Amino acid sequence: MSESRKAFWSGVRAEFPLLVGVFPFGMIYGALALNAGLSTLASQLMSSIVFAGSSQFVTAQLVHDAAPGFVIVLTIVVVNLRHMLYSASLAPYLKNLSLKWKALLSYLLTDEAYAPSILKYEEEGITPVSHWFLLGAGFSLWFIWQISTALGIFLGATIPKDWPLDFALPLTFIAMVVPALKNRPMIAAALSAGLVALLAYSLPFKLGLILAALAGITVGTILENKK
Amino acid sequence: MNIWLIMLIGGLLTFGMRFSLIFLFGRFEVPETMRKALHYVPPAVLSAIIVPELLYPSGNLDLSFGNTRLLAGIIAMLVAWYTKNTLLTILAGMAGLLILQIFYT
Repeated sequence: MSESRKAFWSGVRAEFPLLVGVFPFGMIYGALALNAGLSTLASQLMSSIVFAGSSQFVTAQLVHDAAPGFVIVLTIVVVNLRHMLYSASLAPYLKNLSLKWKALLSYLLTDEAYAPSILKYEEEGITPVSHWFLLGAGFSLWFIWQISTALGIFLGATIPKDWPLDFALPLTFIAMVVPALKNRPMIAAALSAGLVALLAYSLPFKLGLILAALAGITVGTILENKK
Repeated sequence: MNIWLIMLIGGLLTFGMRFSLIFLFGRFEVPETMRKALHYVPPAVLSAIIVPELLYPSGNLDLSFGNTRLLAGIIAMLVAWYTKNTLLTILAGMAGLLILQIFYT
């Protein structure tokens, strides 16, 4: 087996435990996006056009709530901003690649592809085939994400329409937030965002959401700086 | 705005952020404050979505015990806190909502 192929499969293997966790998540996304009112095609293609789990859930919720387009786009940007950190962190290890490789690996750069790759690169540094590792991790995740979305859409279509399945979206968000509330700045960020969202609910265009998110981020950052 | 346009712009901007510093390597650093602030994006954005979903179930503020979504949401929060399991949290919240709805009607 060639060195590049070995590096690719080693990326796939490193990604495997993450794939197990991502699979049900992709299915939940597929079922809920459909239930939130997106078409089958839009639900499926969002998984390859946006390809970023939490922002896809948030988009489905905001489409369901009939939020205006610019608020949805702005929210996608805020939720996905963290990818700039991954981009910065991997950049030194990808600096010698062609623009095509850089673009392809950027497209595949998710939380789950970043995690095993940065560990590998910090340990072994740049080799002539090291980018194949990230390709293996990123592509296997991409593949599983498409399959699990499709399966979720398929199963979601069999759930009766009168079930309150739309409630599963906020429940998914609760499952994401609550375990992350480990210290005071995190708790304060969540509480202040929630409070502003409550008070600013009647603002037009769902602007309360953006205002609340900014308030939470600001409070969390200020409290962390005070420590 | 059309859903396809939203996805296209959202997707392009997401790609742009992923590509940004790989492309600009050596010419731009992420400021420290932004690095810190990004940790608070998930709890802030998600709480900003959760709270109105629980407190304004039908578009009006409802803080009463008759608000089944609020009660089911609290059940889900407790399950999330103690199990840290996504699937269990969703199942507990949905089961809670269905049982409460039967109970109240």
